[in-house]
Amino acid sequence: MKISFNVNGKQSSVDVPPDTPLLWVLRDTLGLTGTKFGCGKALCGACTVHLNGMAVRSCQTPIGSVSGQKVTTIEGLGGSHKVQKAWIALDVPQCGYCQPGQMMSAAALLAANKKPTDDDIDAFMSGNICRCGTYPRIRAAIKEAAKMA
Amino acid sequence: MENMIKNETRRDFLKVSGTVAGGLALGFYLPTGPRIAQAAAETNSPNAWIKIGTDNSITIMCARSEMGQDVYTSMTMLVTEELEVDINKVKVEFAPPAEVYINALLGGQLTGGSTAVRDAWEKLRKAGASARMMLVAAAASEWGADASQLKAANGMVTGPGGKKATYGQLAAKAATMEVPKDVPLKPSSQFKVVGNMKQKRLDTVAKVNGTAQFGIDTRVPGMLYAAVAMAPMIGGKVASYDDSRAKAVPGVKAVVQYSRGVAVVADSYWQAKKGKDLLLIQWDAGPNADNDQKKIWEGIRQASQQPGAVFREQGDVAAGMGQAVKTVEATYQLPFLSHSPMEPQNTTADVRADKAVIITPTQFQQLIPHVVAGATGLKPEQVEVHTTFLGGGFGRRVEVDYAIDAAEISKAVGAPVKMVWSREDDMTHDSYRPAGLYKLTAGLDSGGKPVAMRFHSTSPSISARLFPSVVKDGIDPFAVEGIDNYPYETPNLKFTYQMHDTGVTPGYWRAVSHNLNAVALECFIDEMAQAAGKDPIQYRIDMLDMGSTKHQWSGLSAGVPVGTRMKRVLEEVRAKSGWSKKMPEGKGMGVAVMEGYNTVIAMVAEVTVSSSYDVSVDKITAVIDAGTLVHPDQALAQMQSTINFGQSACMWGEITIKNGGVEQTNFDMYRVARMNENPKVLDIHFIKSDSVPGGLGEPGTAVVQPAIGNAIFAACGKRCRTLPFTPENIGGA
Repeated sequence: MKISFNVNGKQSSVDVPPDTPLLWVLRDTLGLTGTKFGCGKALCGACTVHLNGMAVRSCQTPIGSVSGQKVTTIEGLGGSHKVQKAWIALDVPQCGYCQPGQMMSAAALLAANKKPTDDDIDAFMSGNICRCGTYPRIRAAIKEAAKMA
Repeated sequence: MENMIKNETRRDFLKVSGTVAGGLALGFYLPTGPRIAQAAAETNSPNAWIKIGTDNSITIMCARSEMGQDVYTSMTMLVTEELEVDINKVKVEFAPPAEVYINALLGGQLTGGSTAVRDAWEKLRKAGASARMMLVAAAASEWGADASQLKAANGMVTGPGGKKATYGQLAAKAATMEVPKDVPLKPSSQFKVVGNMKQKRLDTVAKVNGTAQFGIDTRVPGMLYAAVAMAPMIGGKVASYDDSRAKAVPGVKAVVQYSRGVAVVADSYWQAKKGKDLLLIQWDAGPNADNDQKKIWEGIRQASQQPGAVFREQGDVAAGMGQAVKTVEATYQLPFLSHSPMEPQNTTADVRADKAVIITPTQFQQLIPHVVAGATGLKPEQVEVHTTFLGGGFGRRVEVDYAIDAAEISKAVGAPVKMVWSREDDMTHDSYRPAGLYKLTAGLDSGGKPVAMRFHSTSPSISARLFPSVVKDGIDPFAVEGIDNYPYETPNLKFTYQMHDTGVTPGYWRAVSHNLNAVALECFIDEMAQAAGKDPIQYRIDMLDMGSTKHQWSGLSAGVPVGTRMKRVLEEVRAKSGWSKKMPEGKGMGVAVMEGYNTVIAMVAEVTVSSSYDVSVDKITAVIDAGTLVHPDQALAQMQSTINFGQSACMWGEITIKNGGVEQTNFDMYRVARMNENPKVLDIHFIKSDSVPGGLGEPGTAVVQPAIGNAIFAACGKRCRTLPFTPENIGGA
């Protein structure tokens, strides 16, 4: 069954079973490997993407539910999104594996809340695990990004 | 063309080859002799740290695996400091397995033991300086000038009369120059790159825009995907299986049995995974079928009755105990832990009749040709290994099991295969930080100082499994870390280690046995201070051994007395943390100090403990003497990282066994620190030093745990000797 949706501003059409998670369609079918597989159960946030601007865990989002909708991945953030600029300015990543998910969550947070407090950041970001412990820099980078126009 | 010049007096080897587009390729190593790994590296590729092409391209080979700890940048900084090129204009490549890249501190091309920068410190600066000197010599020869009149800077050699040439223009000639025998290095006062506070990581941009290639991101032409089913019991094997339902899944190309499981191979991962879920497998549970956690602890307790092997002894501990006016005794129990890096284990393997290509996130690329050869019937020199970025390592990727699995599967299906483990595969097929039992007894004199100290540990030996040749007389050097360098003055002491196999695969886990021995010791020192009625920081300072600390076993330690450095970090952490301030009800501060990997760290933890024994870690103050900081901002990042990793371990980390297998399968059952649980304040200070660098990737992990445990005691009066520090364990203490 063909499923059409918009990925990073481009119309895409894929022929996969509708229960296939968006994560694997992005990674295997479309070759967008910036979105990462971490737990497969929406426990770690590594696979976070935007669905119509909202942060979702793509490992738990069947592609059938995405038909006709708009998906943004780390590749679609464009490289100069204020979150990415802040991440670069503060050298946030260590191993870097969880960071696409962290940045997609942070971008969604800032889109909804222009000046998040520490508690806002904790509440929104606690679904994204980082084993390297970049949390202090993530928190600082979100505040830095919030200052950018 | 390749010349090898051997300088007998300094035992240095330099290799020059003209293989890079006619340019210069320079390798340099100090063969101080293998200490751990026995596998010989194959030298089937140009072995070089630096390649300068005639097109002026400069490539620095990164021979350590980048798993977050910043080798990609800090190793490159060491080369460029002496090479005199703009670090932002060089290309960094991960090195293939080769003898030249062996880590002299470990004896293998292996990333671990917080050794990357320590091993590279002189070696890579010398490599950079040697290449620069040969480029200058080439210019001198070309221009008929004296080398001393020439200057190398910013990728260019300049000389009298406005003469100038780029490194690229000089590369071909430089490759024919004699390799310098004396390679003077800049004094630290002249460093421009090393110690630069503003140096950015060279891998950040790729990790921010999503282009960084981790193992799991590998795509090669014609590649299939494999999902695997492995025995739920440790050491179990396939008895029989029914793959009819799996084969019916669209896209599934093959179902194959391999050494430790069944692989479903398909056009995409999701198809393979669907097929895997439909397999019906009868397992031969193997020798550990009825192993469970209760049995394991009973076994450890029983084994701990054995005398163990003595690894440090002085005076007469029995006589010393006899003189004591007070005796303190305690037993600490530490659980198995999982590494759980964010990137599940994976490997892409393309095994053909005459060659194999293995693309993998590994910490031990040197071993892979040998084990893949063993699994496929190829020769090691027919196995090509490519190291990717690692989505975390923490010691898990010292193991090469998943590379072997992928090679077997690729060989069986005759196609390139990317095998990807699920989180559940990863958590239940880890090699685990050993569980252990730590019995400590101290005899105190009338002033509260120890006249006798007895330490007896019982735990599985990791090295007995992975590197048996380093285990001697019942002592695994990696099992006595963090205690063989016991830093307190004690006239009579006896330290013993009892090896005990639990049936659970033990593995090297960030900071290895420092996380066991130093955790138990530094909690126990707090108990001694309490028994002596002394302040825990002053008590430690007063009994530091200022002269004779011996390090007989653990070769990655400082190896010299560290009393002076310990005193300094303890005094500074006392001042920075506001140690003596009055804490409100339910809050407390705890201290710990340790030397590991030639880095000395003192930490003070501030915690809040609720009436139901829920703990929050509010603040960590850390003072670190790690010698010279090559990349200061990333030294800070490693401290932030190790504090987080140690906090996760001591607050929640526990792997348990039931019916022969691991009970925890994902992050809902194996809890790790999240953003809201990370200490709100990390106050981290480095001692200014121009001594040789110490290791930073690991030691903080071991120091933060006893600091938290001691803070919990200060906050609620409960001495929790069974980790992790859960409400149940604290309440039951």
